Amino acid sequence: MKLKFVGLLIGAFVFLFPFYYMLIGSLQAEPDPSVSGAFPSPGNLTGHNYAEINQAIHLGRSLLNSGIFTGGVILGTLVFGVLAGYALARLQFRGRGLVFNLMLLIQVVPFQLLTIPLYVLIVRSYGLADSYLGMILPFLINSTAVFVFRQYFLQLPAELFDAARIDGASELSILWRVAVPLVRPALLTGVLLTFIGPWNEFLWPFLITKQQDLQPLAVSLSNYLTTVSARAANPFGAVLAGACVLAAPAVTLFIIFQRRFISTNLSSGVKG
Amino acid sequence: MRSRGPLGRILGEHPVGTAFVTPYVVFLAAVFAYPLGFAVYMSFHDYFFAAPGAIVDRPFVGFDNYVTVLSDPAVRRAFGNVLVFLVINVPLTVVLSLLLANALNAAIRWRTFFRVSYYVPYVTASVAVVGVWLFLFNSNGLVNSVLGPLAPDPSWLVNSSLAMPTVAIYVTWKQLGFFILLYLAALQNVSKDLYEAASMDGAGRWKSFLNVTVPGVRPATTLVVLLATVTGANLFTEPYLLTGGGGPDGASASPVLIMYQRGIEQGNPDVGSAIGVLLVIGVLLLALIERRFVGKEES
Repeated sequence: MKLKFVGLLIGAFVFLFPFYYMLIGSLQAEPDPSVSGAFPSPGNLTGHNYAEINQAIHLGRSLLNSGIFTGGVILGTLVFGVLAGYALARLQFRGRGLVFNLMLLIQVVPFQLLTIPLYVLIVRSYGLADSYLGMILPFLINSTAVFVFRQYFLQLPAELFDAARIDGASELSILWRVAVPLVRPALLTGVLLTFIGPWNEFLWPFLITKQQDLQPLAVSLSNYLTTVSARAANPFGAVLAGACVLAAPAVTLFIIFQRRFISTNLSSGVKG
Repeated sequence: MRSRGPLGRILGEHPVGTAFVTPYVVFLAAVFAYPLGFAVYMSFHDYFFAAPGAIVDRPFVGFDNYVTVLSDPAVRRAFGNVLVFLVINVPLTVVLSLLLANALNAAIRWRTFFRVSYYVPYVTASVAVVGVWLFLFNSNGLVNSVLGPLAPDPSWLVNSSLAMPTVAIYVTWKQLGFFILLYLAALQNVSKDLYEAASMDGAGRWKSFLNVTVPGVRPATTLVVLLATVTGANLFTEPYLLTGGGGPDGASASPVLIMYQRGIEQGNPDVGSAIGVLLVIGVLLLALIERRFVGKEES
């Protein structure tokens, strides 16, 4: 038991240390890569790196872009994903099995293969480069979230739906008035799960946004990392400050709602 | 219930369900099915970018794009690199995540703390974490100052034989939390009786781990191996940022990175699509081999 505990402690150190170092590094006036630099020294602490990265990539604007991108995907997933999840769980209609199998199949299609055709279609054919719509479109409905919604709707008792149908309620009002209020935890899980996708996504928004004022934070930070940082006074400090800003929302949400994240991945991972 | 007329037999009991799934089906068709077919189409044609609406001739060229791809040393090197990546990443992921999940499964203090700390890298953007890894593995970064005279020269990310292994270790570290959770779920399904039987036979902890736990989670191992392979084949952000575009000198370039360079930067979407199709065929073949290899004792 002791051996296991020590092993877990070493593991936790390896996983958490880079995050601690990220925070320390973002606050250092002079980068200190020596061992003593891992401990904060009050004389070397500053908020200047945050000002520097803010000046270089406009943190507010980038965060807003990340927020619109992520918010659009969450909205699309909640509206269309809940409708699809409900129909797949509780309605008998032609083609239901086919749609369900398609949803599972999608999980194994590597998105990267689709990058080139999606780029050609969205950027070249539809002219949606440098637009929020083009950014959101390929992620609009998160299939894992649809799967989670379906699982929760399936667990509701059938009598509930039969009673409402006998009362003559339309399916849309049954969904809205009866089913949705009962699966609120599923909606939260769906939102959290959907959030980390677009918030952390790099390749797609990188491909379709060339205008700096439309780039999400992950893209503008990486552009800073690859081009501008060479000219900055304390490039690592500024990069790490940007990294802290990018990491903070996802990590905070995860810590607050860790139970939701973990139970979701358990069920979707094992069953899907 | 509603009476089922002839129409009901054709459309099902709740035809409104079709309307409910229509947006999702349109989405799947537009974002997955059509682009998938389009990628295969482009890879067999001389496809190039043209002004929207312009009518241009894009003739069928058979396997020309595939010949171009396969005779390109950079592409061959990238496929070799991803194999190096997988040889390091997949076994390391399986062993470390199973060991940590097994330790976490015991009744132990601070379980929530451990679970959260292992999962944090997985929920964080790679772009953010890459920044701190660059700082750590820099020529005069913390890792090298701890190692002192043992530090490799040239340093990790600019050393052509260490760049890809370092990227593989980075990705293992970043994804491990997700796989630990998969194993944790699988461990709940291993029967307690088997452990009791093993200890009655005088098996120690290590023996019962090898003889009960490892076979008990074999289906999960198959899943972990497959998912780790697919993630590895999709590698892009890490070589792009961590080793400055697959450096040094292409030593850590991945197929997706080359696909991006050929397909979009250099404006040859037909060649890029051919790389993508080959990559998917490669992943499917590898998955079949792994399934036979890992899943062989599964009954």
